[in-house]
Amino acid sequence: MLKEFARGLWTTFRSMFEKPVTVQYPEVKRPVRTRFKGRHTLKRYPDGLEKCIGCSLCAAACPADAIFVESAENTDEARYSPGERYASTYEINMLRCIYCGYCEDACPTEAIVLGDNYELSFTDRAQAIYTKEMLLESVPEPSQTTPRKVEPGIFTRSIPVMQDPHD
Amino acid sequence: MDTASVIEVIIKSAILLLVMTGGFAYLTLYERKVLARLQVRIGPNRAGPLGILQPIADAIKLIFKEELIPASAHKFIFILAPVITVLPALVITAVIPWGGTVNLFGRQVHLEVADINVGVLYITAVASIAVYGITLAGWSSNNKYAMLGGLRASAQMISYELGLGLAFISPIIIAGSMRVTDIIQAQADLGIIKWLLLQPLAPIIFLVASIAEVNRAPFDMPEAEQELTAGYHTEYSGMKFALFFMAEYIKMIAVSAIAATLFFGGYLGPFVDRWPGLGPVYLLIKIVILLFWMIWIRATIPRIRYDRLMAFGWKVLLPVGLLSVFLSAVLVLVFNVGVPFTPGG
Repeated sequence: MLKEFARGLWTTFRSMFEKPVTVQYPEVKRPVRTRFKGRHTLKRYPDGLEKCIGCSLCAAACPADAIFVESAENTDEARYSPGERYASTYEINMLRCIYCGYCEDACPTEAIVLGDNYELSFTDRAQAIYTKEMLLESVPEPSQTTPRKVEPGIFTRSIPVMQDPHD
Repeated sequence: MDTASVIEVIIKSAILLLVMTGGFAYLTLYERKVLARLQVRIGPNRAGPLGILQPIADAIKLIFKEELIPASAHKFIFILAPVITVLPALVITAVIPWGGTVNLFGRQVHLEVADINVGVLYITAVASIAVYGITLAGWSSNNKYAMLGGLRASAQMISYELGLGLAFISPIIIAGSMRVTDIIQAQADLGIIKWLLLQPLAPIIFLVASIAEVNRAPFDMPEAEQELTAGYHTEYSGMKFALFFMAEYIKMIAVSAIAATLFFGGYLGPFVDRWPGLGPVYLLIKIVILLFWMIWIRATIPRIRYDRLMAFGWKVLLPVGLLSVFLSAVLVLVFNVGVPFTPGG
């Protein structure tokens, strides 16, 4: 019994000289895993148009009923996204969201993607509702903002042509 | 006793109380730091540089907490119990000398609050009072977990104080006195090696039993979280809870000081004859090492089962304690050391 006792004491004593496993969080941030599901982002095409076409499939797929989408018509004078419609309102209630990623799966244009940001904190409930402006990623170049005036007849498909069927 | 002596005792008591309460605050930090290192963590480092303001932050938090008294609790005893627990822990150190005699302001000051001739008896007597506080806290809370915690505390205290008391007897036999200063003097005369060889078992018994005495892991049955939520202080909150915490930690310091004084030379150390001011430093170093021992044990050994704890107390510690007393007595007679006991003298 005394031998085990001494071995246990030696083990704990030895661990005093190991490097601590603690990550000093606010200063040092550990990278998230590759499949981590954090805060959502609404993506854009390389030309700056929004991927979201306001179809509400994400809202339908959401098990927590956290997403609210309202869509409106695109025109060539004021174009937000390719095709007929775009999301005029897009809100996610982060207090309801369970970060399951079903919205990501449901999206036909891969517009909504769960990112790596997990630092979500609010001081009241209203702050927990993330609007479209907060979720939408910034434009690749400053000239490519939406809405913008485009040549008629180019952006007729709301879903891009599939390049590689195995993709 | 002239006025100057009274003032001297009051000043010494005030210093002792301040050192003990301040020591309590920083012992919590010391424990958290050491425990963290033993568990490959860093420990508190946010409040102030290296976390040195952490105890102050904890104290402020506890002061502002709401104090709840359960409706069916016995109010008077419920409030009294933490006080009964914390006072003996503070009072017990009065007989521990923390240095020799120093010359301060033209006055020979003996660095001890009370040099009474039954010092060791005083220690055992006062140490046992704290268990009343714990048991009363458990009973007055009117909560089944608290009640069981209080009962366990008292049962554990009875089984362990036998071993503890027997461990005290060896130094008394060798020094031939119950006065703590005489025991220190005997250690100075014999030398620390000889002192420990004459009582090979007593320090070990003391180090084991003292952990049970202060209700710490692996003998923290009165507050076994998994079974009793928090044991006897389940219903306590705010400063009343802090008092129980304070009692535990101050008792840790006190028990370490007693162990250092009775077995490991107390304030004695190299050059302490020439500079008596070194005495408190040596005592502090020994206390810190013994506290490290307690924290180390806590980090290593899991809580043992209650029946095994009782079996260990009665079937192992008590016979070994008796053996230790016998061994010391025989060794003293065979080698003819120490102060011979004279009946009636």
